[in-house]
Amino acid sequence: MPCSPDSPVAQETPDSDPRTEDWRRRLDCAFEPVQSMFADGLTAAREQLGEAALAAYIDAARLLCKLGRGAEPVLAFLEGWPTVCQCLGHGSLDLVLTWVRNIQRTPNGDVLGAFFQALPATAVALGSPELLAAYLDLLMEVAQQSSPSIHRRHAILPSRALPELIRRAPPLLAQVNLHGLREWARHGLRHYAKNPERQADYFALQSADSRALFQSQRQGTLLRAHERQLDCSLRALWGDPVALISYSEAFDQLRRPQPYADANGFHLPDLRVDRNGVSGLDQYRLTLAHLAAHRRYTRALAADNVSPFQRMSIECLEDARVDTLVLKRFPGLRKPLLALHPRPEEEACDPTRESCIRHRMTMLSRAILDADHGYRNPVTRQFAELFHAQLRQGPSDTASMAALAKEYLIASRQPSDAFAQVYFTDTEVPYRDDNRLLWYFTDLDDESEDHTTAAPPPTAPASLVHHYPEWDYVTHSYLADWVSLYEHLHSRGRAEDIEQLLHRHTGLVKRLERILAQLTPQDRERLRHQEDGSELDLDWAVRSWIDHRCRRNADTRINQSVRQVRRDLAVSLLLDLSASLGDPVQGGSSAQSVLSLAQEAVAVLAWAIDRLGDPFAIAGFHSNTRHEARYWHIKGFSEAWRDEPRARLAALEAGYSTRMGVALRHAGHYLSGQKKDKRLLLILTDGQPADIDVSDPDFLIADTRQAVLELERDGILCHCISLDPHADDYVRKIFGKRFSIIDRVERLPEKLPEIFLTLTA
Amino acid sequence: MVQSDVLYDYRVHREPYYRPQGDEIALFLAAYKRRLPVMVKGPTGCGKSRFVEYMAWKLGKPLLTVACNEDMTAADLVGRWLLDADGTRWQDGMLTLAARHGGICYLDEIVEARQDSAVVIHPLTDHRRQLPLDKKGELVQAHPDFQLVISYNPGYQSVMKDLKQSTKQRFTAFRFDYPSAEVESEILVRETSIDPELAPRLIDLATSARRLKGHGLDEGISTRLLVYAASLMADGVGARQACRMALIDPLTDDDDIRATLEHAIDALFP
Repeated sequence: MPCSPDSPVAQETPDSDPRTEDWRRRLDCAFEPVQSMFADGLTAAREQLGEAALAAYIDAARLLCKLGRGAEPVLAFLEGWPTVCQCLGHGSLDLVLTWVRNIQRTPNGDVLGAFFQALPATAVALGSPELLAAYLDLLMEVAQQSSPSIHRRHAILPSRALPELIRRAPPLLAQVNLHGLREWARHGLRHYAKNPERQADYFALQSADSRALFQSQRQGTLLRAHERQLDCSLRALWGDPVALISYSEAFDQLRRPQPYADANGFHLPDLRVDRNGVSGLDQYRLTLAHLAAHRRYTRALAADNVSPFQRMSIECLEDARVDTLVLKRFPGLRKPLLALHPRPEEEACDPTRESCIRHRMTMLSRAILDADHGYRNPVTRQFAELFHAQLRQGPSDTASMAALAKEYLIASRQPSDAFAQVYFTDTEVPYRDDNRLLWYFTDLDDESEDHTTAAPPPTAPASLVHHYPEWDYVTHSYLADWVSLYEHLHSRGRAEDIEQLLHRHTGLVKRLERILAQLTPQDRERLRHQEDGSELDLDWAVRSWIDHRCRRNADTRINQSVRQVRRDLAVSLLLDLSASLGDPVQGGSSAQSVLSLAQEAVAVLAWAIDRLGDPFAIAGFHSNTRHEARYWHIKGFSEAWRDEPRARLAALEAGYSTRMGVALRHAGHYLSGQKKDKRLLLILTDGQPADIDVSDPDFLIADTRQAVLELERDGILCHCISLDPHADDYVRKIFGKRFSIIDRVERLPEKLPEIFLTLTA
Repeated sequence: MVQSDVLYDYRVHREPYYRPQGDEIALFLAAYKRRLPVMVKGPTGCGKSRFVEYMAWKLGKPLLTVACNEDMTAADLVGRWLLDADGTRWQDGMLTLAARHGGICYLDEIVEARQDSAVVIHPLTDHRRQLPLDKKGELVQAHPDFQLVISYNPGYQSVMKDLKQSTKQRFTAFRFDYPSAEVESEILVRETSIDPELAPRLIDLATSARRLKGHGLDEGISTRLLVYAASLMADGVGARQACRMALIDPLTDDDDIRATLEHAIDALFP
């Protein structure tokens, strides 16, 4: 639709007053929908903005009208701005207009409609002009970095991510602060920079990564972070360990799920925000106490002949009974429980207009749990007293609660109870579950039995899947569950091949044997000539006695003691099986591949470690993007160095890339299970960490460095043996001083055991 | 009388408080009548040592206690040559002392001793009832009153800390556990004169912690620690501080377990 100063002003409504017409002229916008809503919009705006701010408001709308982006931005602005202005103050208009002018210069100008549509809700979520400014900066950043461009400078197409972000911002900001939103958005910008379609999915929260990362930015107490503690609480306080399963409230807009218990365990929200001064953790604990008490005290009732109101009333009293029993057992929980339990105002619900049933039930529950409830309603007071009279005689049971609840329903019934409009404010008790286990349905019995008898078909896992985080050095944070690692048992070859390899190195084996003999621990060592010890060392004692008699200084070190000596060491050897290992040895005379040399070296090393008696494991790894990192089990700690692991070693094959960090973490996971003084992780590799889905060469180096630091923190020493003569630089970055570089690869079989023995002697 | 003078210091002069959990007193008396070696098993702090002390008092025999440890050697039990102004002098070890003069030798937490040192008790625990002192060239015949008692905590899951079969099979055994809630709260009230209302709360806390054994705790809260906490509380220390100081901090450095137990305290003591 054309929009020009020359176009005639549209038809005027007959009852419009002259001031409105002045403003209409000032707006100077010919869009039909704008014209038709203008009079009403102006009246509303005048009320909210006041006369003074009206001029700037109309001028801004005029500017939007002249931008050539259609009627939508103008309409959305005219309708939404008064709300924004109330929330953020009038000063924010300049901010927004500056941003509008900037975005108008990019190919992203079409986003303005969506922007003004979402602006009121966004402003409410942000709450201050400073945050709005930061939010606008973020939008600009996203626009610049996600618009397809030439030479990263001249944007040519509109961003697909920006409108998604703008649309989603209000609900997202309800769950994270702006900082969290920025982190999440930046992650999407960086990791999907070359894939605009996936990037748009990311910003639309369609991809699993996006959801996972968004979760990690949410504020509050994560169930995952406290799962063990809650598990311990359940075990300790209730002696009733039940699996805890989390569900997310973040993406479910239609109906907010409630905690519940079923045959699989307790289902809790993945995240709890502090509420009424009760920390998220305490809320979880309260929910667990409530659920565990249900499990202990509640007996399920048949739901068939019970009306919905009766069910509601029974649930209310049973919940109150369970809570009372919890408080009796753990009086310390009273404070958080009362803080969370709503306290509806007695007169808040009007029984002539809406159904007060929930309001009434919640008041009864409050009156039962809180002695200082202060409610005056005689029925509520009477039933709270009846309830306590029953509980004084013992824990009571679900059936008597049901009887009491039905009486209550009759005594308190009101004609409005069945109204469609139900009073909901202050009636939700956040720590309670949905009581699905309180009811059973007899007519469903046959069916449900059928379900339980049908056992699920046993499935043999072909491989174990583990998820590991990866370190993002740019944001200094972990990308949760970023890499999927599949662990397999390596296929088997011929064990004799390994024997033959050993024969080829008879000289080396002989030489090693001499060194090993010296290293093999003698069980006990006697320490003589000691100041303190368990026994008198008679030789020294007599000598000292003679000195004493001769009036010379007598040596007081006349005791001996015995010391247990043993090598307390576990070793894990990790082999890089990336494709480059299959290359022939450079400069070598034979056509031997690096891999076969590595096999020889490992065979000799394994033989040597086996002779020393140290527990050791061998595994290989390679990767094909982060979705497919493979970890090949060759020998475990408890396996003897016999034919089977040897056969696996003989069958090694090279392929794919080197994602080292995840393999280190996994090997470290097994190694940390070994209760030894010293734990050593040897990595044999021929190149730097790399994978085909990572373009930034420093990314995997930084991640590997981080993995090494994690392992060192757990008391595991990593030592890298690199076959890349030019590795100094990055290997030092990753492993610090703990690395050896083998320049002449053909000497590997002799070097590898030597390095090991020097490290552990 | 000369003999009893030697062990005078080791006699139990005042009756120790011991609350029997079953018929263990009668059974111990029966074992003593036949001078059978006795092994007392049970988790730490459940009253093993107190029981032995009580029995020594009841029997009127001296009690020679050796707290076993890693550094203890056979010489500590048997005896050793020492030097003094005139040359060397033989010093009897605790085991020899008890065997020579007739007393109950109690080797506390014997698994803590190295296995080779524990073997010296073997000849005293079978029909021979004698102790060869090979360094001195003497064979000590055990006094008719002599009895050997060892205690041992099977809770350590470590393979290294277990008794050899050849040692285990020389003893009759008493199996102890933490007393039942009523008995335990009676013990707390009697030992510390704590408010009888508060004692069951402490026991509840201990029960909670004992359920965590194997899930982050190596041992549950012992009766001994409960007595500590109760005596602190009886002296006016607040319940939370007393529990934290006597029950949680000694027990664990695991943050999750600590948080769980602190929550249990908060829940139990309003």
